[in-house]
Amino acid sequence: MRVPGETPLLEVRGITKRFPGTLALDSVDLRVGYGEVVAVIGENGAGKSTLMNILAGVLLPDEGTIHLDDHVQHFTSVKQAHAAGIALIHQELSLLPNLTVAANLYLGREPTRAGWINKRTLRTQALRYLERVDLKCDPQTLVAELPIGQRQLVEVARALASNARLLIMDEPTSSLAEEEAEVLFDVIRELQERGVSILYVSHRLREVMSIADRVVVLRDGRITGRLAQESVTRDEMVRCMIGRSVNRIYTRKRNEPGPPVLRAERLATRNKEKQRLSFCLREGEIVGLSGLVGSGRTELLRILFGVDMPKSGRVTVADQPVELKSPHHAIAVGIALVPEDRAKQGLILEMATQPNLSLGALYRHYLGWKLLDRTWESGVTKEMVSQLNIQGVQTGKPTRHLSGGNQQKVVLGKWLTLHPRVLLLDEPTRGIDVGAKQETYKAIDELAARGMAILLVSSESDEIIALSDRVLVMQDHAIVGELDHTELNERALMQLATGTAHEPLIEQENIGEAA
Amino acid sequence: MKKVFGILGVFVAVFVLTAILEPNFLTAYNLQNTLRWTGLFGIISIGAAFVIITGGIDLSTGSVIALVGVLVPMLLVDVGMPLVLVLLILFGVLLVMGIFHGVLVTKLNLQPFVVTLCGLLVYRGLARWLAGDQTQGFGSAFDGLRQLAIGRIPIAGDFGLPIPFVILIVLAFLSAGFLHNTVWGRYLLALGYNEEAARFSGINTSRMITVAYVIGVMTAGFGGLLFSLDVNSIQPAVHGNFYELYAIAAAVLGGCSLRGGEGSIFGVVIGAAVLRLLYNAINILGIPTQLEFAIIGTVILVGVSTDEIVRRLAARHELKRTRGT
Repeated sequence: MRVPGETPLLEVRGITKRFPGTLALDSVDLRVGYGEVVAVIGENGAGKSTLMNILAGVLLPDEGTIHLDDHVQHFTSVKQAHAAGIALIHQELSLLPNLTVAANLYLGREPTRAGWINKRTLRTQALRYLERVDLKCDPQTLVAELPIGQRQLVEVARALASNARLLIMDEPTSSLAEEEAEVLFDVIRELQERGVSILYVSHRLREVMSIADRVVVLRDGRITGRLAQESVTRDEMVRCMIGRSVNRIYTRKRNEPGPPVLRAERLATRNKEKQRLSFCLREGEIVGLSGLVGSGRTELLRILFGVDMPKSGRVTVADQPVELKSPHHAIAVGIALVPEDRAKQGLILEMATQPNLSLGALYRHYLGWKLLDRTWESGVTKEMVSQLNIQGVQTGKPTRHLSGGNQQKVVLGKWLTLHPRVLLLDEPTRGIDVGAKQETYKAIDELAARGMAILLVSSESDEIIALSDRVLVMQDHAIVGELDHTELNERALMQLATGTAHEPLIEQENIGEAA
Repeated sequence: MKKVFGILGVFVAVFVLTAILEPNFLTAYNLQNTLRWTGLFGIISIGAAFVIITGGIDLSTGSVIALVGVLVPMLLVDVGMPLVLVLLILFGVLLVMGIFHGVLVTKLNLQPFVVTLCGLLVYRGLARWLAGDQTQGFGSAFDGLRQLAIGRIPIAGDFGLPIPFVILIVLAFLSAGFLHNTVWGRYLLALGYNEEAARFSGINTSRMITVAYVIGVMTAGFGGLLFSLDVNSIQPAVHGNFYELYAIAAAVLGGCSLRGGEGSIFGVVIGAAVLRLLYNAINILGIPTQLEFAIIGTVILVGVSTDEIVRRLAARHELKRTRGT
């Protein structure tokens, strides 16, 4: 069965996809044989999801063709791809939790008799497909009552029930426990025996090694490696994933960090014992927080900013324990966050620049009777607009009309009015143009030079490498390593983030204590 | 502000048209009456606007008015409590009710529609039970107090400015000042537009939303006091029925968006005036009064649709302009 057939089930030729400002996929070729498991790996933003979405009919390619059984396909909708036998199983499950398992399996294709749903047929057919994925549950169970791992299997069963021949799985194990993942792998192997092909997207290299017949590596929208099973090794995969030409995107003037400002002690975003996070941030220091999507970086920032409560552990600022019950409490002790989602969390898009810039500091700056101090407001607006070089600002003009880069500067400026001691940055340059990026780097650099402690989360490794004094690498909600700026390079980051170096480089206890 | 011009246009159009068709419209007596009712409804509309600005809704207004209308005469006349004590109790109770609404919405995460719908049912029931469904009133006593609702400040000849209208103007200035010139008002607008971003800016959004519900119930209660002084014959089962809908309609006509954020107090006052003007025009022009709701509904629909169409045209124009450069 594992012989890659002469004519493959799926053949993709020269797929190219452009998004404004980026080339997401650049002439990608891919073949998947009958009953073959092909893994697609790559860094965040390498183009994996774009490729999967094109195959599943969510996106249209700009160039290139998709062939199924040697026939050219033009998918303009998910429905068409589905009808052709391609089913995408999303990272976020798409089941309806308030319906039963059986109802989910046949959603939109319910067996009917005289217009009424034929419950008996539905049940027997559902049982047949549940058996195929080794799921022993009553089809009448509500999906909401199933554990997450079993829901994943229901997704697979649903794909099979619609006669899928190619299953695309996007990070299927990201929310599964180890045992649940094992069950899923068994199911994948069984499906393979029956001739179902699988495209498996993951950045967990260990999984990929155990399950894939072949591995395809994407980087910057291009295929940089095709590895057959016998030549799949961790080092080889990492070598293909990185190796982007490292041009220094920004050169920092480094200065000796001062005393510790913020200390996290055994902070937990999850329940396991190894998922305790201890680290410290020093005055004037930029600490990068690296890790793949879903490694818990954003969750950590949310806890430090008081949005979520930690499961355990504590935080001290200037050696005083602080209670971070809400963003207001965090701001009061000098912690500020530039959030990941500018439009949803960073800005009031309908309001102008001035009220946005002053919003965080209004609790401090007001006149008697809580009247707005407009003189202070317009003064601080002028100051920030010139300091951060915010362009396109007009009195009364909503920030919605500013460009992404300028919007981001407004979010940053909002916190600078407060002179925070600790600045948390979550993907501060996402979706902004090159010029604005440079200005943002410069601003971050200057803030550090003035003594602010900065924690920088970024998925762009060159950004982390250029700016950080040291980097904490997270994986599965735990800190798995720390790198000093002298030992920073993409390979080291990637090896830690993907768990290639199995044993942590540095003992947990030493992190944060080492001065 | 653009939104206010639209509703101002409607106001002028209805005013002029009615005056031309029926000269009696401009008599001092008629104008005074319309202004007095504008004052009474305007007050409760401002309260509704504060809640709507946070993205919520208050359906309990009419029942709060009924409860106040029953409670105040009973305490003053039947129990014989001193006025100051009655007012203290009244506003204490209203404060608790407002906080209750706010806490249910922010802490228990219940939907504002559900919370205040229950308020509508509960307060109406309480009012009817307290009064035993008997009509309440101040009798011939408390004429001095009743001047708050029925009195007027003489201006020229027969014409005097009704006190409720004067109260509305004062309240409107205070509210507009609060909304646009204080830190709290800024917080309300910000969280109305984007609650999550407001929270991420360090605003205690739960507290501010609760403040809005307190303002909503307080103005409804204060308006209810004036309504009861005005009619002096409060039937617990019907007094204030549907007034929440007038208040919400006035706020929407005045430019508030039920999605939250947008709103101007001046617009809400004009909105309330338009509703009373329409009511008056229907009566004075001899249009069957059964049509009142139908006409008001049509005017609101035309108003908000025009507003939306104008906004889309403006957006398209803006798009063309920016593309051109």
